[in-house]
Amino acid sequence: MSHFPHRHLLGIKGLTEPEITLLLDKADEAVQISRRREKKTSTLRGLTQINLFFEASTRTQSSFELAGKRLGADVMNMSVGNSSVKKGETLIDTAMTLNAMHPDVLVVRHSSAGAAALLAQKVSCSVVNAGDGQHEHPTQALLDALTIRRARGKLSRIIVAICGDVLHSRVARSNILLLNRMGARVRVVAPPTLLPSGIADMSVEVFHSMEEGLKDADVVMMLRLQRERMAGSFVPSVREYFRYYGLDAEKLKAAKEGALVMHPGPMNRGVEIASEIADGPQSVIEDQVEMGVAVRMAVMETLLLSENGGPRT
Amino acid sequence: MTDIASGAKGGRPLALTNLRVIDPSRNLDETGAVLIEDGRILAAGRDALNQGLPEGAQTRDCSGLLAVPGLVDTRVFVGEPGAEHRETIASAARAAAAGGITSFVAMPDTDPVIDDVALVEFVLKTGRDKAVVNVHAAAALTKGLHGEEMTEFGLLSEAGAVCFTNGREPVHDTLVLRRAMTYARHFDAVIALETRDRYLGAGGVMNEGLLASWLGLSGIPREAEIIPLERDLRIATLTKARYHAAKISLPESVEAISAAKARGANVSAGISINHVTLNENDIGEYRTFFKVSPPLRGEDDRRAMVQALASGEIDLISSSHDPQDVDTKRLPFADAADGAIGLETMLAAALRLHHSGEVPLMRLIDALSTRPARIFGLEAGTLAPGARADLAVIDLEEPWVVAREHLLSRSKNTPFENARFTGRVVETYVGGKRVHDGRA
Repeated sequence: MSHFPHRHLLGIKGLTEPEITLLLDKADEAVQISRRREKKTSTLRGLTQINLFFEASTRTQSSFELAGKRLGADVMNMSVGNSSVKKGETLIDTAMTLNAMHPDVLVVRHSSAGAAALLAQKVSCSVVNAGDGQHEHPTQALLDALTIRRARGKLSRIIVAICGDVLHSRVARSNILLLNRMGARVRVVAPPTLLPSGIADMSVEVFHSMEEGLKDADVVMMLRLQRERMAGSFVPSVREYFRYYGLDAEKLKAAKEGALVMHPGPMNRGVEIASEIADGPQSVIEDQVEMGVAVRMAVMETLLLSENGGPRT
Repeated sequence: MTDIASGAKGGRPLALTNLRVIDPSRNLDETGAVLIEDGRILAAGRDALNQGLPEGAQTRDCSGLLAVPGLVDTRVFVGEPGAEHRETIASAARAAAAGGITSFVAMPDTDPVIDDVALVEFVLKTGRDKAVVNVHAAAALTKGLHGEEMTEFGLLSEAGAVCFTNGREPVHDTLVLRRAMTYARHFDAVIALETRDRYLGAGGVMNEGLLASWLGLSGIPREAEIIPLERDLRIATLTKARYHAAKISLPESVEAISAAKARGANVSAGISINHVTLNENDIGEYRTFFKVSPPLRGEDDRRAMVQALASGEIDLISSSHDPQDVDTKRLPFADAADGAIGLETMLAAALRLHHSGEVPLMRLIDALSTRPARIFGLEAGTLAPGARADLAVIDLEEPWVVAREHLLSRSKNTPFENARFTGRVVETYVGGKRVHDGRA
């Protein structure tokens, strides 16, 4: 196994192309494990994984839980709903308490950007960022990359259009970083209100029209639009958003024939994506879910077994 | 065929001869003719009849008169839907035609507020079916004009809305404004706003100063207009939106807009006819027909604004026609509603600036027709060959007195009652069809 010099996975930023390739290669192997009848391995037997989710996310949390269990680790879930965080305990206090239980990896989801990095400074185990505010969601970008690579055989020089609420999306930020690092051409397509300032300097091409932005795209990656942003604050209405930015058959025609349609979930059908497209032949949305488990297995195995991390007892 | 008027679609060609023609879209000012066929301008100017009269053409000798592109009024409050007793789209259109206005933009401050596709369609359809001039719809910038949530700029533009405005209501929330301007940019929509600070101007009913103090009326300071305008212009610069300051009244506002233009902002400025022809002294003893928003200013301000109009720093004049009934105007000054009608008197009042030598006639017609058409993207404001034959024929020297009982508007709240004007609309044509005949 080639060298993976990081103890934590806090973001895509800071990963090199060989490191990303290493994770994707390992994830490819992990896919095979998940497809077997006997899915449990003993790779991380005896190690403890704690999922610390300050922000509810059934899907991501399940995916991490399953990944840990398939590697043989003991997995514990801590959700904000039944933790002492609600009683006023600070993020750091919670982390220190958990740290005293000697976990080997903390998987953290938090609504504030930088929360995972802050935790990583305070605990003695590996930290995996499962989404911090509007900053990064590295395992999502890795699973998206794995999905694309398995379908297209490569990541370099393909055109990926990331569409929708880029402003609030950590998925978009991680994907922009990863896809650029791997040599893909990244576009963002959104109304001006849903793009962060300085977007044009993030190594992407910026479009406000789906027809232009999707032209010749190999991959169309839709982003979720939160309900509270639909009614007049960032966009006027669901009706207008779907009309100009919702992915339907007509808009998808502009993309390359057979272009992949992706969505990090959970989807708002009829808002950012039409049902017929979400369930259509070009959709790889379910593949993304499968790749999610594989990528998270690869990440944890790599962090916990690589030379500098090393298994702890 | 027999009923179709000359000049109109399907009718005989029409030639208006021996008249002066001013067309700011071509910087043209010469004596000649206007030739109209099938509702369109065939030719206008000195050489219009070079190829002779078309066969069967009807000729009207207009010696001593002036033809200009029909006026374009970008700020007209109408009572339909919801307050038809004050003004309907049809009655506003008749008043407009009498004032030489061939296109106007109806403001969304109605009941219900024009903030939905179906309501834009209602205004446009009513205009097509019942109005004698071209009626365009402005859509609300925010839902219900509450200043909180933006409306469907894309769908409303597709339905035909020519601009977005919060009507009489300023937008106080800068975040809402920033997002609206950012979003509007993609649809290249014009955002036309009035500015009035909600706190500084609160409770004020006229221009702050000595006069207000003697009258015992609470004043509106100049800063109530200037501060939010400068704020809006900063946001317009930030978002690169197309911003139109719809009703400015102070030289400081002109400065702010010129500075924004110099920064590269895509902004323009309008002024109501009242603010270039009247001042606060006209209020006299609490005459509520002179209560408008922004308030009438001092004479020095008015002169400065006229100068800015002449120089083109102020792009356009609107009537800011705002029909109010006795129930909202026959009240103590402080309690009376803002607003004055102006469709029928805008041109005549503006001609005062021509007769006084303050604004060249070409520039005046530009500000009343060509420039507003260009800023709001309307097919109007020109007598170039092929253009829709929307024009006003004017007698520049005819004296007349505004008589309340002759006003066509349903509401009579004119600040020009019994005013003496020199210059009057003789005929108005829309699509080559005569929609107003002042000699009748």
